[in-house]
Amino acid sequence: MTALLDIEGLRVDMRGGAQILDGVSITVAPGQIMGVVGESGCGKSTLLRAMLGILPRGATARGRVMFEGRDILPDQAAQARGRIGFVPQDPYLSLNPTFRAGDQIFEIMRRHATGTRADHRAKLLDLLRAVQLPDPEAALRKYPHEFSGGQRQRLLIAAALSCDPSLVVADEPTTALDVTTQREILGLLREIARARGLSMLFVTHDFGVLASLCDAVTVLYAGRVAEAGPTRAILDAPTHPYTRLLLACHPDRAVELAGIPGTVPPATAQPSGCRFHPRCPQAEAHCADAVPPLLAITEGRSLACAHPEPALV
Amino acid sequence: MTALRHLMRDPVAAFGLLIVVFAVFVATFAHWLAPFPDDAFESNIMQRLRPPSAEFLFGTDNLGRDIFSRVILGTRSALLVALAVVLAAMLIGVPVGLIAGWRDGWLSEGLMRFTDVFLAVPQLILALALGQLLAPGIFTAMVALALTYWPFFARTVFAETRRLRGALFVDALAGIGAHPARILVLHVLPNAAPAVLVRATIGMGFTILTAAILGFLGVGATPPTPDWGLAVSEARQHLPDAWWFATFPGLAILLLVLGFNLLGDGLRDAADPRLRRSRH
Repeated sequence: MTALLDIEGLRVDMRGGAQILDGVSITVAPGQIMGVVGESGCGKSTLLRAMLGILPRGATARGRVMFEGRDILPDQAAQARGRIGFVPQDPYLSLNPTFRAGDQIFEIMRRHATGTRADHRAKLLDLLRAVQLPDPEAALRKYPHEFSGGQRQRLLIAAALSCDPSLVVADEPTTALDVTTQREILGLLREIARARGLSMLFVTHDFGVLASLCDAVTVLYAGRVAEAGPTRAILDAPTHPYTRLLLACHPDRAVELAGIPGTVPPATAQPSGCRFHPRCPQAEAHCADAVPPLLAITEGRSLACAHPEPALV
Repeated sequence: MTALRHLMRDPVAAFGLLIVVFAVFVATFAHWLAPFPDDAFESNIMQRLRPPSAEFLFGTDNLGRDIFSRVILGTRSALLVALAVVLAAMLIGVPVGLIAGWRDGWLSEGLMRFTDVFLAVPQLILALALGQLLAPGIFTAMVALALTYWPFFARTVFAETRRLRGALFVDALAGIGAHPARILVLHVLPNAAPAVLVRATIGMGFTILTAAILGFLGVGATPPTPDWGLAVSEARQHLPDAWWFATFPGLAILLLVLGFNLLGDGLRDAADPRLRRSRH
């Protein structure tokens, strides 16, 4: 099975020396929903923005992002436009406040979708109904600020799907919403992905979301992949100390709510060797010297740690 | 359009708009509306300082000119001066704000500190100094006013550009290769437009007032131009006997400045729902 998306050795450097991503590799198969987890500041959003060619100014990406058999990184994702849908984290300033919501989406469709304007309109109305936005006809004529947060998020999901993408990239699309809306939107995404055979790359820091939505998980720490594998396997038997500590922070899974001492290191001052070693309870002297390579441990699972929990490997 | 409807529902702002529209009308048709349009430059010394009557509604001045006509004729210069000053200030301030807001580092810092310096210059003093340095006259006064008013536009536009610079739609535009100038002018500037419009409206009133002060101080309009500030200044020597000489040009200044300020306040409320006053 060839991968739909194959990110290999993706590096993102900021002007001034900060390194946001250091050799991240992620593979998404057709129809697969891949989750990316990690604390804030681990480079999750940067990963998505790098592959979409919308990095903030001053950031440069290197590596390979193979999408449908082509490297889309060098030409700023131009070839992939319309084939990848993006659902942003903060729906507030994703649309220009001075233009009508409908016009902004039609503009994308005119560029990337086939058919006439009437086709586009009919299709967008169908999508708006699918994401359960009330009164789709009126919604097209509204300005972005006239929607509530949940409505805006639904609108952007519809926009992401408007050009029939094969991959949807979502950056914590539900964190800004309340729990009930969150549940609805996640259900909606899962349903749409299954119905259309979409692949998804889904960034989140919520294991609950992960467990209910994703087929596979990649755990990111300080710009590197710590561990990757099928969701069930990772959640049931995490091997990287970071994953275990992260899971222990989740209220559903922990008897007593734990935390991880310390914080994610700033991108300007990454520790040597394994980047998790200053916070790792199992760290030994050599952890600070050598970067642990990302190695396959079992079928579909990989791990970057010098001394994983032996019982679990 | 929703903003305009909102504005019309606000009686105070609607009143301001009415005054401004009326002033524009008067200025446009001044030569037809004024009963003695030639009194702009001619004098009739025989009928000097006549009190208000049916023939001279606002009375006559020290050179026997009809004050009613001169107030009407003065509307045009007051509006033109204000418009020119505000446009010139926008022409300097808006690009400075856009560039300083978009860029980082020394250019941005330099532009904003430069703006702060001009913000600190006292308007009247600069106008008086320029008037002494160059020839005192309405053009010098306009230059001084524009030079001291542009920082307000720069700061307004700067704040909005900074707010939107990191917005996803801006990154997306940059991602598909849109030139910064295109992003700034077509996508960021429309977001700042309401704030700029409010600033401009309040600036109009402000400029009319300051221009009148400069006229009064003798570094604005020069005789025999029909100018409100100048008229008040000339009337000083004839107070309190010829009270009408100073009163009517003064009232004209008051009314037009009031109109622009009320309109500006109303526009601000209409443009920014958070500041909307509740009226019952």
